[in-house]
Amino acid sequence: MQPDLKLVSLLSTGRHPKSGRACRANQDSRALELAMKTSSQVTAVHAGNPDNNVLRQYAGMGLKKIAVLDLPETADPTQSLKHYLDEQSPDIVLTGVRAEDGESSGMLPYLLSEKLGWAMVPRIAEIQSIENGKAKVLQALPRGQRRLIEVDLPFIASVDNSAAEPRQSAFGPASRATIETISTEIFTDEALAGWQLSAARKRPKRLKIAKAKTAADRFKAATAKSQSKGGTLIKDKPASEQAKAIFDLLVTESVIKQP
Amino acid sequence: MTTVAHRRDPRTEWIIRNRLHPQHEALFASQNGPVRGPTGLIRKNPHNVGFIGPNGLKRIDRLEGNSSNVISINRQVRQVIEPEKPLHKVEQPDFHILVVPDLAGGRLTEQDKDVLGQAHTLANVEGSKGAVVAVIFGEHRETGLDQAGVDRLIHLEGSDYEDYCPELKLAALATIEQQLSPKHWLFPDSIHGGADLGSRLAATLGERPAVQAWQVNNQQATCRAASDSIDINRETPKILLLAEECADAVDETRHEVLPVTVDELIGTQTTLTDHGFMAVDPNSIPLAEAEFILAAGNGVSNWDLFHEAAEQLGATEGASRVAVDNGHMPRFRQVGATGTWVTASVYLAVGISGAIQHMQGIGQCQTVIAINTDANCDMVKRANLSVIGDSEEVLKELLLLIKEYREALSHAA
Repeated sequence: MQPDLKLVSLLSTGRHPKSGRACRANQDSRALELAMKTSSQVTAVHAGNPDNNVLRQYAGMGLKKIAVLDLPETADPTQSLKHYLDEQSPDIVLTGVRAEDGESSGMLPYLLSEKLGWAMVPRIAEIQSIENGKAKVLQALPRGQRRLIEVDLPFIASVDNSAAEPRQSAFGPASRATIETISTEIFTDEALAGWQLSAARKRPKRLKIAKAKTAADRFKAATAKSQSKGGTLIKDKPASEQAKAIFDLLVTESVIKQP
Repeated sequence: MTTVAHRRDPRTEWIIRNRLHPQHEALFASQNGPVRGPTGLIRKNPHNVGFIGPNGLKRIDRLEGNSSNVISINRQVRQVIEPEKPLHKVEQPDFHILVVPDLAGGRLTEQDKDVLGQAHTLANVEGSKGAVVAVIFGEHRETGLDQAGVDRLIHLEGSDYEDYCPELKLAALATIEQQLSPKHWLFPDSIHGGADLGSRLAATLGERPAVQAWQVNNQQATCRAASDSIDINRETPKILLLAEECADAVDETRHEVLPVTVDELIGTQTTLTDHGFMAVDPNSIPLAEAEFILAAGNGVSNWDLFHEAAEQLGATEGASRVAVDNGHMPRFRQVGATGTWVTASVYLAVGISGAIQHMQGIGQCQTVIAINTDANCDMVKRANLSVIGDSEEVLKELLLLIKEYREALSHAA
């Protein structure tokens, strides 16, 4: 816990995976959890409607106050958020990787980092340490791997699903929290007007196209078991030689990690 | 024109019809062409089709050489000869379409191939012809770039690109953008770095990308949004981050893979420093995601040795159903149709003969290594490397090799 660090956590409206109702977003609440674990000076910011009930769910995690930049749905929040962050000058800004509602392009942290000139670290799972103006963060990679990245403060990071679970939202603190509305200049998202939104169409399943020209080939393709073509077989050799062959393959496939 | 009158020889005809006649073979062979019966109808000899196979049995080739796979009869050297695909050439491209594949693990992923396929659909415009240019950073192990549809290749070599360096890569892409001014930039929208790099480039160029695009043509792009609940139809932008299975991969052509040189890259300041991978307990990784699995089956007797081998190799443990049913391994370690479907890049099966349910579970594994006593089992047929012998001895030797390797590394360091 670093009490002197200023963190800003950006909150968005989530979408319940089953019912589709508005709720706190998975990655954003994980980001808020990470922020609250790292420092006691956390500012939670939402760009949108200040009367949004979902904000209370975030507040129930133990926030005294949520700042809301009052913007209509058709507005582009990037510029407003940039001005806000310029004023606040936090050390770390945390967001989710991709919003659960709206365009959900995942571009916001990148645009902010470009506008503010800060570093951007995608998909972090943990902030390990912060010393001398440098932070060490763990980045979540596919296949459960973690990478240690050192980055200068201030920076923006998006928080991955593999970060720690968010704490429960409690009703009492949720209703006690104040929602501070900040009115800002509205920049309308002009590209949005040219888009057509529709309910998601079912994507066609990819079919296996039989390229075989004859019935016998099609039959073979349908019934054949998967077999490797060039498998090598080592038989009647001493165990040391066989183990060496396996070991060499493991090294060329680079799965043996160095200590 | 004179017509040659043929005099019928009823005796010869009779001999040809009578396959029991001693002169039948010789006379039949001398007469090419159809044999006509006494009424003038063409007679087929049903006994004269096919040929005698290598094991003395008569074989009939009903495909008449039409089979696309010409398989040699000798089963030991089973080799499939594929006809060469036609070469797709783009001599003077009117425009360029750039693709930045992930190359996760040094090879093109399925999504990379689909993105290359999508690039070709965008390159085929009526009246002009575009070239698909792939940008590859660092070393790779892919050999099928020509089959995947790469017309031009920008290969940026150097050890700098081995680590996590999005800023360096971004600077390189910005240079390429200036040099080629491509019509489109295509990235796979994946967790392997494609989405990250694409978003960075879009932010730098001030373009609004189409994200999670799954149906794209030259006019319109359809993108998934709001947790896959809505589709956004929009004009196809310059930068596209493409979802999985966005288009069909290139299948019927070969491509040139001509190298393209890039201007000197200007050194950029990096704010991120990569300190490498952190040690993760392999057994804490979910089995479905694990990259390297050491799986045990009925053939394993020394379980302590197996667990030690998994720990030393840094492999996630898996098991066949028999090993789980016998109580040697917990249920959540079971691999196969009734357990977990794994996606490991290396699957080392110890003493697993390979029931069909198990083989289904490892269908997506790239490299399979088998240690088994039975050379005829299904696992050995599937494996890229099979070792026939006692698993205990082989594992012991493997442990020795790892210890030597680790010691050599620590001495060098």
